[in-house]
Amino acid sequence: MATVTARALPWYAAPRVAHALRQVKRYPVVSLSILMLFLVIPAVFAPYVAPYDPLKGSLAKRLRAPAWQQGGSIEHPLGTDKLGRDILSRMIHGARVSLMVSLVAIFVGGTLGTALGLTSGYFGGRVDSVLMRLVDISLSLPTILLALVLVAAVGPSFGTVITVLVVLLWARYARLVRGETLTIKERDFIARARVAGASHVRIMTRYIFPNVVNSLLVLATLQVGYVILLESALSFLGAGLPRPMPAWGLMIADGRELIVTAWWVSMFPGLAIMLTVLSLNLLGDWLRDHLDPKLRQL
Amino acid sequence: MQRFIAKRALQSLLAIWVMSLIVFTLVRVTGNPLDVMLPLEAGPEDYERVRKHWGLDKPVYVQYAIFLGKAVQGDFGNSWKWHGHSAMSLVWERLPATLQLAGFALLISVVIALPVGVLSAVMKGTVWDSVAKVIALLGQSLPAFWLGIVLMWIFAVNLGWFPTSGKGGFQYMILPAITLGWFQVAAIMRLVRSSMLDVLDSEFVKLSRIKGLSEWKVIWKHCLRNAAIAPLTFFAIIAGVLMTGSVVTESVFSWPGTGLLVVDAVRARDFQVVQAVVIVFAGIFILTNLLVDILYAYLDPRIRYQ
Repeated sequence: MATVTARALPWYAAPRVAHALRQVKRYPVVSLSILMLFLVIPAVFAPYVAPYDPLKGSLAKRLRAPAWQQGGSIEHPLGTDKLGRDILSRMIHGARVSLMVSLVAIFVGGTLGTALGLTSGYFGGRVDSVLMRLVDISLSLPTILLALVLVAAVGPSFGTVITVLVVLLWARYARLVRGETLTIKERDFIARARVAGASHVRIMTRYIFPNVVNSLLVLATLQVGYVILLESALSFLGAGLPRPMPAWGLMIADGRELIVTAWWVSMFPGLAIMLTVLSLNLLGDWLRDHLDPKLRQL
Repeated sequence: MQRFIAKRALQSLLAIWVMSLIVFTLVRVTGNPLDVMLPLEAGPEDYERVRKHWGLDKPVYVQYAIFLGKAVQGDFGNSWKWHGHSAMSLVWERLPATLQLAGFALLISVVIALPVGVLSAVMKGTVWDSVAKVIALLGQSLPAFWLGIVLMWIFAVNLGWFPTSGKGGFQYMILPAITLGWFQVAAIMRLVRSSMLDVLDSEFVKLSRIKGLSEWKVIWKHCLRNAAIAPLTFFAIIAGVLMTGSVVTESVFSWPGTGLLVVDAVRARDFQVVQAVVIVFAGIFILTNLLVDILYAYLDPRIRYQ
């Protein structure tokens, strides 16, 4: 009997690396733990985990370098900004802001879009064609400009940012839910429910909605990363959250003019955005493959 | 085909009109521009005078009618911040810089994305493929404005190869263009890879191999030509994205284009300029989308007869 022995491959060999990458994608352990570490735990426990007040600093300690650099100390592991505020504490509170903005915006936008999509798909006819035209138009508007105009008109605040994001997000949910509703409403159990005397509202909420939840969940997960990116870009442009809120985008904007003297001010918040968005994208891909493979094109 | 084009063109016009309506309403109804324009010590009669001068005393719908009538002729009024300039002239003045940057960014992204995409399809499952995948993932997750700052820190501050910001010779354009093109690299690469994979699997490729053509010729001539259709139609979308993406990049690098203009105008609440830029950008964006749709319909007859 010939025995097949596995060739001893070094850990960095191509098949092994590819295999490892595939494993990471197959089980979202890595992305989930990064998310927990960088986003969820800091966001939930911000006041307890953060060593300092994110809004108060002392000018005596302004622009301290990170701990491992010359002039840095362990007191402020990631250094301080130009007002002497602790970068690490601001980032921890920033995680809270990012998570809150994206969850609220996606919840409101998703609810609105789902309601309109259900109505549009279920009733069809004129309601449907008007709503879908609106969706088409809304999807063909240039995102960041619309947001700039909205924020410029109303002024930057938490509420404005949520409004901007909701306006930008609802259309995708409406289109998705409408498409699914169109096929679901033709199925037998809907006809039976109607015969049994269920009202239109009841049919939509109790019979159709549960069948679109999976797709909604996938879309929402895929959008959290997108929304975090969008919010930070808006804040960076001065059209998002107002100062002195500890938002990651704002922190990067603060660091832009200090790039020559204090690179750490903008570097760490950017890393935080990158890691969370990256792992959210991986998680979204994984969810899509497992819950709803037909959403491939999202 | 003509009906399809007419229908899509009408829809595009409608979208531009909605955009103008949104811009106009938001900008007038909320907030009082006079508060920003006038100094703190201005009295009520100053307010009255300026309001009359800008036509802000008329009812909103009359203002909109006047606005629309003039906008059709490309007249968005005079800038409030930059005195003596019409809003449109400012946009035309700044647009070449934006187009130049966007064009260069597109060139860079194609030059990088095309070979990498082709290689990762040909060498599917190897290290190269994994590297390409990582690049694509990073492209979607990196905030463009932060990438700009990081590049500036490494190549301008530490290495001193390029200037940090502003506009001048060719070397001023490299960092902003890479920043702007980065996201597109990922997008184009993924498209090229997936359409190359489809083509590599087809019969005519096997035939040309059997014929004894060199592998180089098979891949770069026969396969790429056929695989290029899907990414080509995507370019128009990318062109639109590049235009609007310039807002962020230009404000990172102080590149004096339309994107920087609109950010400055927004901060100063210079409505006339904001309107002009947004409408021009929306027009470019929506028109490129229209072109893509028509191109698609031309290449794929199924779409026409939907």
